[in-house]
Amino acid sequence: MATEVNTPEFRAVPASAPAGPWREFWSSFAENKGAVAGLATIVIVALVAIFADLIAPYSPIAQFRDSFLVPPFWAEGGSTRFLLGTDDVGRDLLSRLIYGARYSLLIGCIVVTLSLAAGILLGLVAGFFRGITEDLIMRAMDIMLALPALLLAIVIVAILGPSLTNAIMAVAIVVLPHYVRLTRAAVISEITKEYVTASRVSGAGLLRLMFSTVLPNCMAPLIVQATLGFSTAILDAAALGFLGLGAQPPTPEWGSMLAKAREFIQSAWWVVTFPGLAILITVLAFNLAGDGLRDALDPKLKR
Amino acid sequence: MAALVEIRNLSVEFQTARGSFRAVDGIDLTIEAGEVVGIVGESGSGKSVSMLALMGLIVWPGKVQADRLTFDGHDLLAMTPAQRRRIIGKDIAMVFQEPITSLNPCFTVGFQIMETLAVHEGGSRADRRRRTVELLGQVGIPAPESRLSSFPHQLSGGMNQRVMIAMAIACNPRLLIADEPTTALDVTIQAQILDLLVNLQQDRGMALTLITHDMGVVAETAERVIVMYAGQQVEEQPVDALFANPAHPYTAALLDALPERSAGRRRLATIPGVVPGIEDRPRGCLFHPRCRFAEQRCVDEQPLLVPDARGRFVRCHYALVDGEPTNKEPGSIRGEPQRETTP
Amino acid sequence: MIRFLVTKIALLIPTFVGVTLLTFAMIRLIPGDPILLLAGERGIDPDRYAELRTQYGFDKPLLIQYGNYIVDVLQGDLGRSIVTKKPVLTEFLTLFPATIELSLCAMIFAVLVGLPVGIIAGVRRGTIWDHSVMGVSLTGYSMPIFWWGLLLIILFSVNLGWTPVSGRISLLYYFDSVTGFMLIDSLLSGQEGAFRSAVSHLILPSIVLGTIPLAVIARMTRSSMLEVLNEDYVRTARAKGLPPVRVIGLHALRNALIPVVTVIGLQVGVLLAGAILTETIFSWPGIGKWLIESVHRRDYPALQGGILLVAIVVMLVNLSVDLLYGLINPRIRHRR
Repeated sequence: MATEVNTPEFRAVPASAPAGPWREFWSSFAENKGAVAGLATIVIVALVAIFADLIAPYSPIAQFRDSFLVPPFWAEGGSTRFLLGTDDVGRDLLSRLIYGARYSLLIGCIVVTLSLAAGILLGLVAGFFRGITEDLIMRAMDIMLALPALLLAIVIVAILGPSLTNAIMAVAIVVLPHYVRLTRAAVISEITKEYVTASRVSGAGLLRLMFSTVLPNCMAPLIVQATLGFSTAILDAAALGFLGLGAQPPTPEWGSMLAKAREFIQSAWWVVTFPGLAILITVLAFNLAGDGLRDALDPKLKR
Repeated sequence: MAALVEIRNLSVEFQTARGSFRAVDGIDLTIEAGEVVGIVGESGSGKSVSMLALMGLIVWPGKVQADRLTFDGHDLLAMTPAQRRRIIGKDIAMVFQEPITSLNPCFTVGFQIMETLAVHEGGSRADRRRRTVELLGQVGIPAPESRLSSFPHQLSGGMNQRVMIAMAIACNPRLLIADEPTTALDVTIQAQILDLLVNLQQDRGMALTLITHDMGVVAETAERVIVMYAGQQVEEQPVDALFANPAHPYTAALLDALPERSAGRRRLATIPGVVPGIEDRPRGCLFHPRCRFAEQRCVDEQPLLVPDARGRFVRCHYALVDGEPTNKEPGSIRGEPQRETTP
Repeated sequence: MIRFLVTKIALLIPTFVGVTLLTFAMIRLIPGDPILLLAGERGIDPDRYAELRTQYGFDKPLLIQYGNYIVDVLQGDLGRSIVTKKPVLTEFLTLFPATIELSLCAMIFAVLVGLPVGIIAGVRRGTIWDHSVMGVSLTGYSMPIFWWGLLLIILFSVNLGWTPVSGRISLLYYFDSVTGFMLIDSLLSGQEGAFRSAVSHLILPSIVLGTIPLAVIARMTRSSMLEVLNEDYVRTARAKGLPPVRVIGLHALRNALIPVVTVIGLQVGVLLAGAILTETIFSWPGIGKWLIESVHRRDYPALQGGILLVAIVVMLVNLSVDLLYGLINPRIRHRR
């Protein structure tokens, strides 16, 4: 009888019970309505950017000499010809905003890719080779953090000259310290764990140890930071554009569309309002999604 | 004369994402002035929660319900929060399990004790200071004057617990609730703190409720014992009677687990299984999955807390006498859990 | 405490050296000849060129040049602006009070609104209050403040006419600068309406500059409050019979503030970066506007000196935040 009782029962595992990691992640992410809304907005903005040629009624740089500063269609004097009105040289605002989505997402992608790649590399090196290498890297990052991010970006643009490419470079450099610090901290906490020792003992080379053993386990905070990094990148690049140090006219980048907007605060509110609204919505979407991602990936932070 | 504390059918429910959970389920308890009551049970049995409910310290998402909850004849449930606060901390005071986290790290111990005095008794600053030094001396803190400006992190766990006790007795409470006051401390300190509590209780004639999972502590201090299991009271007896002749199988099992009673046996007795949580709450008697004497009736029917043939309050269909279940229907196999009905 | 201070100051030295290296390198990294850059756009004759080259020490090895630069910096000589020909340090000090005044008001606004709102959200967790605060603060955090400023100008200055569009004070008033702080100077001037005018000029820029710090402070206060409210000592405070105002406002808040103060300190960098944008929008004659104008005018000595000075200010503020942190957190104070 005793043996009967002690016999463990192996039952078939029901298919639905142990959700896979992706499924579990998604159900945790979907619980957060704001995050889902953010993700949906990002998808919409991305689709608008991809299909800008099809959606936009006009070219973003086409100037209609007969229609300067036409208000949006619902306002007095507006027409459905230019749904959101035109700017001071007669360009369709809606079309410029639609093409502007391309620039903002492109800026986000390039900045995040560059800074993430460089940050991971430097962070791994700092975490693996302690001592002087680490000190040099981390002190350099401290120096970069001693200056306000936007100011450092302005310095870099001042050195390189104002252009969209240089603004992207500047923003990528400015956000670098965050990725380096994050990677290094994650590496240092992982490197003492048994699985790393096991891998080392079984003869894994340094590169394999760095990129294929340790790095995958450091990714969660980096993914969150990268998502939030999109919003920082878009905001900072737009600020540089606004200051005349980023994208140059007639590029329909949202920030640089606002550069001359100050002249129109008295006369044409729509020229001021819509580009900024586009920036706000996109940045907010990335922040919402990033917050949701953090809660879903890091159960410790969830309450 | 009315009892100091009267609790009738007290329940505490917590709303969680997976439905509501009853941490305390129909507790009845009377505490007379000046007596020492022990409340015993494993962690999660609802002993702390029931006393927090008495103190009015259950916060959202917890919900307290009771037919009657009085202190010194005053209905605690009918009071406004402000009226209740005049009693809490003054007439009923509580000492918690973790002295270090229970004291505010940002304030000196002197400030924290004087604050209690200020809220309940007023008086001048100098008076409060003098009282506080006196209290610190009474709880056995050396050089109390110099300790006033210490922060909790500068004192040891035992010293912090003495500060907690000084704070609790500052306004001469009529009931002191000590919630596992020694669990977090070193073994050598535990006895000192217990002695301190019992001495204070005797000197001041206050009632003392001692919440503990340690039967040994109860034996040394309490006059009357409440045994709790999974939010329910399962037994209530004077301490000597309880130790001599436990009525509930759970009490008996707890006593068997005492090292002192295991003399001669090769292993310490244990109770298999764990206290049921939110998801595995059994039907019938809550203890039946772990009970040596469980019958079909225990699975089907929840026992009530009623006096048995000997007048002992016990929540069991087959209350034990001298370690043997009584009341059994003829034909049932004694002392053998019914395997086929409790898989 | 003194050792704590000394260690903290010692840690600043490498950062200071690094920042000077950065500003030193800046002039040399810009494509083109540094002398021509320093001379400005009008050009220069060859004799003067050689003279300047010697004067600035560009003919010496880099290490010597850097050494000379450090010596100059430590003596307070940050060069002269190409445009105004005035010493950079003098220019900076003239304009700095305007930025301090704006940043202080912005920070006061952010703390006065962000702290209570964060406390309410934390205490009333899960209610409509909490959700609104979180929603609004995330929006504030995502705000392109240069656009936010323009929007507020359209609404309050153009449409409602409540606040002025730009500047620090109405042109109706003129008085000599005493402290550099318009609020104080306008009071000292004794001119009727001057103080009112100064205040009305400050309102919109302060709101704009304070928006992001406000959002950060509100979110941090909320999460810190949530954490602290679960602590045992909060239960002890309630068990003492203290009224909720005292439990939350003293026992919980005192502990919840510790991380919030750090965050407030970290916002100083954010403020200075935001000041560049805010001052540009509101034509506020401060450091931010000056720096961005220096970029456009290619006034590299001004830019070089200004950046070094801003970095020093940020470093000093961070140092004082560290000290303040030690003061409000007894556990840190006694460890050192």
